[in-house]
Amino acid sequence: MTGSDTILSVKNLNVHYGEFKALKNVSLDFTRNKVTALIGPSGCGKSTLLKCLNRMNDLVPEAKVEGEITFENQDIYEAGIDPAQVRLHIGMVFQKPNPFPKTIFNNVAFGLKLNGFKGDIEEVVETSLRQAALWDEVKDRLHKSAMTLSGGQQQRLCIARTLAVEPQVILMDEPASALDPIGTIAIENLMRDLADKYSIVVVTHNMQQAARVSDYTAFLMMDDDRAGYLVESGETDVIFQNPQDERTEAYITGRFG
Amino acid sequence: MELSPRASFDRDLAELQEEIITLSSMVEKAISKSVDALSSRNVKVSQEVIAQDDLIDNKRHEIEDKCIALIARQQPLAGDLRQIVAFLHITVDLERMGDYAEGIGKIGLLMDEQPMIQPLINIPKMCELATDMLRRSLEALIKRDVTIAQQVYDDDDTVDNLYDQIYHELILIMVKDPKTIERATFLIWAAHDLERVADRATNIAEQVMYLVTGKTP
Repeated sequence: MTGSDTILSVKNLNVHYGEFKALKNVSLDFTRNKVTALIGPSGCGKSTLLKCLNRMNDLVPEAKVEGEITFENQDIYEAGIDPAQVRLHIGMVFQKPNPFPKTIFNNVAFGLKLNGFKGDIEEVVETSLRQAALWDEVKDRLHKSAMTLSGGQQQRLCIARTLAVEPQVILMDEPASALDPIGTIAIENLMRDLADKYSIVVVTHNMQQAARVSDYTAFLMMDDDRAGYLVESGETDVIFQNPQDERTEAYITGRFG
Repeated sequence: MELSPRASFDRDLAELQEEIITLSSMVEKAISKSVDALSSRNVKVSQEVIAQDDLIDNKRHEIEDKCIALIARQQPLAGDLRQIVAFLHITVDLERMGDYAEGIGKIGLLMDEQPMIQPLINIPKMCELATDMLRRSLEALIKRDVTIAQQVYDDDDTVDNLYDQIYHELILIMVKDPKTIERATFLIWAAHDLERVADRATNIAEQVMYLVTGKTP
């Protein structure tokens, strides 16, 4: 049902890594063209949840995913679904900027070439770099190595690389934690701008960052058996001003975690 | 889960609340003194109340500066955020109550040499009710008690009614004897100041409800 407010929906998700249960009974909807922040103490499974959303966990040996995750009402774990196709629609940006040791241009063009893109690659590269708020800084050195960029620029390049294949959802795992304050603000601004066109899910340890960039926030914790579960989710304004669960309150005010 | 990596923040918040309690007792004294001075026609005490308002103003700014510094340093969220926001509002309300005490002090000076219309009964009574609301609003804050806050909120009607009563009595007196107009007007101002004190106590009660529940009535 394209056009509904929910773009991604997680129902009764349980994830195991071998014997270890990483997530239990997580149900959560992600809203279209909004930024949703996943917060919670280390080990609560928020990165695991993020990785399930575009089947990155397929790459982890012994990972077992149960439950249902639908993207535009299509079960992405259904037999016959190609995970690579899922990742074209649902891209990911990682904690550490990980540009390829190639030119700036070829970093952005990489996914297009891989997918046999037939259109105007230069145009897509420029558009993606503009959307990632990097174009003005790199337009005169597109054919220099991506490794010459600063950490903040590299992260925006990785975002441009993700945008080039025109995903609908962008998953971000601590996208600014390796950056200085200027680089962090650039990424946060970018996330706000990108939410006009994309739906964003971001994992962050930084409460103020979650409060600044997100429309919705979900708080996860882990149980005594260390399995992660969802405690509370809702509008960011409510979660950060008046959370309903005292565990959320304790976590975001730094009383534990 | 009982680890507290934020002991210093908790201490700063507790100290802020102590300062608010100090400010509220300064204000309460000023209000009572201003009305006592008016009833007993003690110009010297009225002057004292006026002079001491500077101390109240200074205390307000001191507390506000500390709140702002805490926001900048701690970037508070959730209950912490609501607490500091409530502290800021309450501090302003208290300082404004101090201004009403100063206003009543000035009325005391204006009344100076003039004879009383009649012994003051309802104005001291109103003062008692309003300062009692103030005390209980602070009690609600200290105990984080929404029930007490709600009672303070409800009691505002009693003070409003008493104000209406005083107002109409004084109007009658003016109508009967126009020579009393100036003095009666001063007393209406004093009663109005006290009615505003009660309103500000109600504001504090509202802030306590916000602090505790995240919602204002």
